[in-house]
Amino acid sequence: MSPTQTLFHDALLDGNAPVPDGLSDGQGRAAGRRFDVYRNNVAVSLTEALEVGFPAIRSLIGPENFKKISGLFLRQKPPSTPMIMQYGTEFPAFLEQFAPLLHLRYLGDVARLEQAQREAYHAADRAPVEAGEIERLSPDLMAQARLELAPALRVLRSPWPVHGIWRYACQDGAPKPAAVAEDVVITRPEFDPVIKVLPPGGAVFLNALRDAHNLTEAAEAALGEAPGFDLAEILGLLLAGQAITAVISPKEQST
Amino acid sequence: MLDARSLFPGLPAGPGVGYKPQHFPAIMDDPRPVEWLEIHAENYMGDGGRPLAQLRHLAERFAISVHGVGLSIGGEGRLDRDHLARLRHLCDWLQPASFSEHLAWSTHDSHFLNDLLPLPYTEATLTRVADHVDELQEAIGRRMLLENPSSYLTFDESTMSETEFLTDIARRTGCGLLLDVNNVFVSATNLNLDPRAYIDAFPLSHVGEIHLGGHDEDHDDHGAPLLIDSHGRAVADPVWALLDYTLAHAGARPLLIEWDSDVPEWPILAAEAQRAANALQQVPA
Repeated sequence: MSPTQTLFHDALLDGNAPVPDGLSDGQGRAAGRRFDVYRNNVAVSLTEALEVGFPAIRSLIGPENFKKISGLFLRQKPPSTPMIMQYGTEFPAFLEQFAPLLHLRYLGDVARLEQAQREAYHAADRAPVEAGEIERLSPDLMAQARLELAPALRVLRSPWPVHGIWRYACQDGAPKPAAVAEDVVITRPEFDPVIKVLPPGGAVFLNALRDAHNLTEAAEAALGEAPGFDLAEILGLLLAGQAITAVISPKEQST
Repeated sequence: MLDARSLFPGLPAGPGVGYKPQHFPAIMDDPRPVEWLEIHAENYMGDGGRPLAQLRHLAERFAISVHGVGLSIGGEGRLDRDHLARLRHLCDWLQPASFSEHLAWSTHDSHFLNDLLPLPYTEATLTRVADHVDELQEAIGRRMLLENPSSYLTFDESTMSETEFLTDIARRTGCGLLLDVNNVFVSATNLNLDPRAYIDAFPLSHVGEIHLGGHDEDHDDHGAPLLIDSHGRAVADPVWALLDYTLAHAGARPLLIEWDSDVPEWPILAAEAQRAANALQQVPA
């Protein structure tokens, strides 16, 4: 009898399982380590996919540790689609719950940052507005305007200096991260994602905009968290990141 | 005999290469001798960004072959409807010159294993694969090419040869075939078969494209040679010789160099493509 694909699948993901019966070398001898070619292909190709997706994590824990942890992860959570560029959405939570890494509790958020960066890279294209589209609005209209944000925009809130740790892991000569909580925004001017620390209140502001609140409401929410919130600063950051794709003023909404 | 060039009008019967994004500037600057490009479908299923922008630029200048690596045509379960829809979407907007996939399985119970896994060649497999090829061709609204695998082992249950199996699939579904000459060499070495006999038995009139790639060398438990289809180095000399033998029997075909890991600088890949061009030039018109 030939092994079913269930049996084949299970033996592929469990290196200690016996090679399924019914497989041979074509000359009557058991397949033996020929089966390991497939085991190896699966493990190596998925580990490489994680290495491509999470270079900062690899740098932080070291290449050998990363390989071992990837091997455990890919056996517990194989990809659920053939789009390997998306593989690893569950990797941040896995890192957070992995007992030997509990002392590096920031790893989950650094992995979330890398995942968000990859999502931004593949996100839909949308033409940005020019600064003039906001500047030409009267103060009244501007106060009530809503902003449509680019599909590539990502916001990550963290109790860790997640940007500082990420930069320290990825860039030669980057300073040691300071012990502060950091919120991060990812924009994608043209094709390459840009990762920046958000000023105080920025994450609340962006999340409010994404929930379809107008500029006044979003700014008030931001001021509620951070009295020093600076609207002009965050609008400048968004415009530079080509992250505003439409300005919807009440006049346009009513027509 | 059927005229393969009229059966497969899309790709030029010249050298192509598997596209790698790092080669984009070099290709746009001077692609010679490369006449066409192949992409892996699954790498272009994002919503936007650089990958799709590059592909749109390339498609303005080159015939594109879309090569799926993730549909799991040989899978025991149903084909993934979402993935069929993604393939259809890609073919609809790109209008590629060719679409191909593999005689293999890769998904089981929604786990995608990212490898081309082997199948027993039986009546049951034949029926299942033929149904899946029909379903795919229906979904993308075009004829596909099905590629022969690299084999490292055989199933005791098999009742027919791989060439008999592929011949029957092509007859039942009307699909064309993609003949990977490196895979033939790898499988023949690993299973102690004669690669030329495989080519002799292959339904060459159905071949719409030929693949060439590099392999690694290993050994099995008994010290017998075990070649691994790695696509990580230059095409081996005996594979070039097997290509010459194939072309002498099949005539000129679109001929692709696959180099997917340890990808070299463009001039090295272009030199491999030039070697493919030279092989094609020796084929009588």
